[in-house]
Amino acid sequence: MTDRFYPSAFTSWGRIHRKTYPAGHPRYRDEIEPLLSTRNARAMLAVGLGRSYGDSVLNDGGCLINMTALDRIISFDPETGVLRAEAGLSLDAALAMIVPHGWYFATTPGTRYVTLGGAIANDVHGKNHHSAGTFGCSVRRLGLLRSDGLEHDLGPESGDLFAATIAGLGLTGVITWAEVGLVRIPSAFLEVERIPFGNTADFFQLAAEAASTHEHTVAWIDCANGGRSLGRGIFQRGNWLAGVGFSTPPARNRSMPVELPSAALNALSVRAFNTFYFRLQKAGPPVAREHFSTFFYPLDAIANWNRLYGRRGFYQYQCVVPPAAAEQAVPELIKQIARAGAGSFLAVLKTLGERPSPGLLSFPLPGATLALDFPNRGASTVDLLARLDSVVLEAGGRLYPAKDGRMSALMFRAGYAAVLPAFVAQVDPAFSSDFWRRVAA
Amino acid sequence: MTGPNDRPQRILILGALSTIAEALARQYAAAGAHLLLAGRQADRLEQVAADLRVRGAGTVVTWAGDLAAEKDANGAMARMSGSLGGHIDGVVVIYGLLGDQGAAETDSAELDRIIDVNFASAARWCMAAAGVLERQRHGTLLAISSVAGDRGRQSNYAYGAAKAGLTVLVQGIAHRLAPSGAKAVAVKLGFVDSAMTAHIKKGGPLWAKPDAIATSLRKLIERPSKPLVYLPSFWRPIMTVICNVPTFVFHKTKL
Repeated sequence: MTDRFYPSAFTSWGRIHRKTYPAGHPRYRDEIEPLLSTRNARAMLAVGLGRSYGDSVLNDGGCLINMTALDRIISFDPETGVLRAEAGLSLDAALAMIVPHGWYFATTPGTRYVTLGGAIANDVHGKNHHSAGTFGCSVRRLGLLRSDGLEHDLGPESGDLFAATIAGLGLTGVITWAEVGLVRIPSAFLEVERIPFGNTADFFQLAAEAASTHEHTVAWIDCANGGRSLGRGIFQRGNWLAGVGFSTPPARNRSMPVELPSAALNALSVRAFNTFYFRLQKAGPPVAREHFSTFFYPLDAIANWNRLYGRRGFYQYQCVVPPAAAEQAVPELIKQIARAGAGSFLAVLKTLGERPSPGLLSFPLPGATLALDFPNRGASTVDLLARLDSVVLEAGGRLYPAKDGRMSALMFRAGYAAVLPAFVAQVDPAFSSDFWRRVAA
Repeated sequence: MTGPNDRPQRILILGALSTIAEALARQYAAAGAHLLLAGRQADRLEQVAADLRVRGAGTVVTWAGDLAAEKDANGAMARMSGSLGGHIDGVVVIYGLLGDQGAAETDSAELDRIIDVNFASAARWCMAAAGVLERQRHGTLLAISSVAGDRGRQSNYAYGAAKAGLTVLVQGIAHRLAPSGAKAVAVKLGFVDSAMTAHIKKGGPLWAKPDAIATSLRKLIERPSKPLVYLPSFWRPIMTVICNVPTFVFHKTKL
């Protein structure tokens, strides 16, 4: 085979850009290096399951290496909970094997349809960030293949190349495999409490109280309804339950079969949904036993839920603001969003903890993080997000590259100034992405 | 999944490094089966074997070698069977090669390669497997053939001819094995989204996923019914139509 790259359609989760890229589909680890050497000077980028929202997994004019067929487990020790696997293994497939042995990932993002390599390259975090830190904190070793053909075996002692690869957005080379330390779980179920709150001040109080009593905390917040409803929400806190087994209930998976017409989502329907959702959650039992799959991954039950936002796709906006500024900045962000009538179906608010990540470009900072979806309405959406940027910038916060498809180079540099020179020094010159070309310009 | 007396199944997979073979092996591993994986590259076989062990397989044995070049298939098949302790429930002959039809028309080395890999060597392995299963009076030989063997088409008739030969051979083995209780099935695959077809633009309802194909293959090994099976089954009516297109029309197509 002379050309190892074949045209392949690839979209990120936000579905704003829809392009075809020359892509390689290695099935064995020894097939990656030949891809790097036959790329004909085009920029490379390894991609996984495409759950990044914006353009950090897109590579216009370059090539993609689709890693999803590299999904073998290399070793798993059910005594010590050390899992080593190829980078394309999905957390979903891994969980099916480790949970029956009483193990779980030290932390998990809100979808289990991400690859191990993607979880590392984006240094994902979850509802237990305040105790567990990021996914990168659990990485013991990883394999990194660079464009010079050398494969490095890296660990926390390896210095900047390891630190740049954790949260490195795939820009330091191809993560070929990784070894993570798992944590013991007493069952596959959690005890979850849902507590309605009226405003963001109440949220911060609830979050501060729960930080020492609950491993998992998160809040849904209403960003669509103004006035007295502004900033109301539902605070969730949960702990693993002991002694209720490791069974998995039968999946009731649904799918979003088609894209909704973009007009179906408007200020009115989003407000109505938020009101409905608030009342539904408020009316539910205050304490419930939940399987990990519905607690951590509620949206995974609806395949292709991103089609909800129609043909033009959507932006996700996730920022973090430091503790000192959070109690002012978060209400201000919500106010801006409600005023624009652009409110999001599901806005998520969470406090992040102190535990540092080994990753140089790791997004989390101690403080509060707010994540929202915005249907793409062109200039008016981009303008709103720019207004949110100024609030975040003033509060000393920053944005999450894995979610981003539009932040300016200025915004990126302001957020990551302290680590950027050390990161840039480790970037593999043969690797790039649409995101990187924009923010590093 | 279990064999007679509820013991774990014992399956030999010849061509274990392909996309479909690995999907099949993972399904057997999840059920605790004992597996022999045969293929060319030892390091890749070890990678697949290690994964299958974690996924729940019992014994996983690897056999690294060129299946198309093995002349003593009978001896090798006996050793393979022995390495899993005998009493084999399934032998899957799944390796193959699309080849280059254009090159095969002028270069007889390419033609030989297509015929040797897809027919001559596969025939030796199928005969050897038939002998083992016949003596056991139990088990299924499953050979992967292709819809390309139903009607010669200019774009891949060397491959098609080799697969047509394999289909008839396995059909004959099924006839021969009938008194013994062992079974043989030739599976005519349509388009599958796999490494063999990576260069072809995909999409549309004709393309099957390797996982779905593997699920069907497992059912055919456990409960074989007919010696010839189209997979997915919609290929039977499609191929009936294609085989009945009049020659004066067919010869005007580029198929």
